[in-house]
Amino acid sequence: MIETKQLSVAYAGKSVIRDVSLKVDQGEILAIVGPSGCGKSSFLAAINRLTDLVPGASITGQVLVDCCDIRSTTRTPVELRKCAGMIFQKPNPFEMSIRKNIQLPLREHGVRSKSELDRITEEVLQKVGLWSEVQDRLNQSATQLSGGQQQRLCIARAMALRPQIMLMDEPCSALDPISSSTVEALIESMRGEFTVVIVTHNLAQARRISDRTAVFWLVDGVGQLIAEGETKQVFENPQSEVAAAYFSGLKG
Amino acid sequence: MQQKLNTFSGIVFAVYVWTCALAFCAIAGLLLYSVVSAGVTQVNWAFLTQEPIDSGRDGGIAPIILSTVLIIGVCLLATVPLGVGTAIFLADRISGKSKLAIGIRTALDVLGGVPSIIFGLFGNAFFCIALGMGYSILSGGLTLACMVLPIFVRVAESAIRNVAVDHYRAAMALALSKWTTTFRVILPRAIPGLLAALTLGIARALAETAALIFTSGYVTRFPESLNDSGRSLSVHIYDLALNVTGGNDRAFATASVLVILLLLINVVTHFVTRKLLRQS
Repeated sequence: MIETKQLSVAYAGKSVIRDVSLKVDQGEILAIVGPSGCGKSSFLAAINRLTDLVPGASITGQVLVDCCDIRSTTRTPVELRKCAGMIFQKPNPFEMSIRKNIQLPLREHGVRSKSELDRITEEVLQKVGLWSEVQDRLNQSATQLSGGQQQRLCIARAMALRPQIMLMDEPCSALDPISSSTVEALIESMRGEFTVVIVTHNLAQARRISDRTAVFWLVDGVGQLIAEGETKQVFENPQSEVAAAYFSGLKG
Repeated sequence: MQQKLNTFSGIVFAVYVWTCALAFCAIAGLLLYSVVSAGVTQVNWAFLTQEPIDSGRDGGIAPIILSTVLIIGVCLLATVPLGVGTAIFLADRISGKSKLAIGIRTALDVLGGVPSIIFGLFGNAFFCIALGMGYSILSGGLTLACMVLPIFVRVAESAIRNVAVDHYRAAMALALSKWTTTFRVILPRAIPGLLAALTLGIARALAETAALIFTSGYVTRFPESLNDSGRSLSVHIYDLALNVTGGNDRAFATASVLVILLLLINVVTHFVTRKLLRQS
């Protein structure tokens, strides 16, 4: 479960999103759409506090992840990021073997036994549909995989830490159409098990896979939430003229 | 497109660029040829394995090769850990923008422009006298490290910085520690760049004369420890050419060895880098 209340993000005093209040229920897929530069990625980064890495970034308002404020002192960024995995636009496997890509973060977070490591590795690779493709070459460099395979490996790597939430920043837009549809099917299969927030430029994709859709738009140079609701409703009866024009290709 | 290039200005441009490029090849070729042709005939097994006799007019350069290797070794042992650490600090997205980082960069740029003779005098005053190391391979290697560090750090910094920000963010999103992120994720990808930095450093160190005369000294016997004084190849060439009448031939022979050594180091790092890049 994720809930933001009047969330605003600013970099070095310049606002990028203002007053975004959104709720994503457990196990639901929320798509965030909107033109470039309207703060969709910043919204995602605020959820797992990746904004901390940008000098001068400031967050105001509230972000609740599983009912706990992300800035509360009882939960460190490490725990937060384990609970909310993130997938980026460009697949970014580490320069090491397929096996190590999954096991390095696991070891870092305290899984030591070899059998347990191997069990989780197989489990998550099965989940993303990579196991049959790579089980004989787990020791090969992950960078030799195709783009789609790399992206699924990154998803498996994030899953290995047993997150409840998956934050996905345009996970398909750097992939060829076939890999893209494989990854899309994978995301659909996460429904129920993970709470997924996916930023996408592909409106058709948002329509296909999401339960609910949020539309971000630049208002006076700052990203704001202009429409939100069940995906079918949002697309078929847009609440705002801007959103309607965006969906029909007239704007954005 | 092809035809448009055949304008007058296009021809002038092509002639200009090709002339410059060929001129550089010619200069490099001429230099190599003049050194190697004058010296390589005297390079043989005996020359490489014997001690110098009669101030180097006769005999070989074995102790000098050993001293050179030791001096470079000390230099690298000091340069690499210190240099990589500094480069990590400077390339970091947060600490690299601090006032301290700006100060370090300025200091490195200033050091990079200081003539080597000044490093020699500094090394003599600091390592030899103040720290009591005397004329020794240790003093010489450390002085060289001071000289090599500025260039090594700046090249290493850009190598680390060039590792895509994606990998850094991926590591952060997986809640990996700074240590794991730096040493397991970022540095392995920066190795080709770090090797380039190392080659530049070694080349500069091998070429150095002025910084070593006052620090590692110029005795030609075999060094028995790092506390002994020892003469490097460059110093040997300098001495033979300037102070030893009739030493010119041996100076050229030693220069050939030095040039071949430099070429070898370049070729080896080139292949190692290519191999690493092909693996990824």
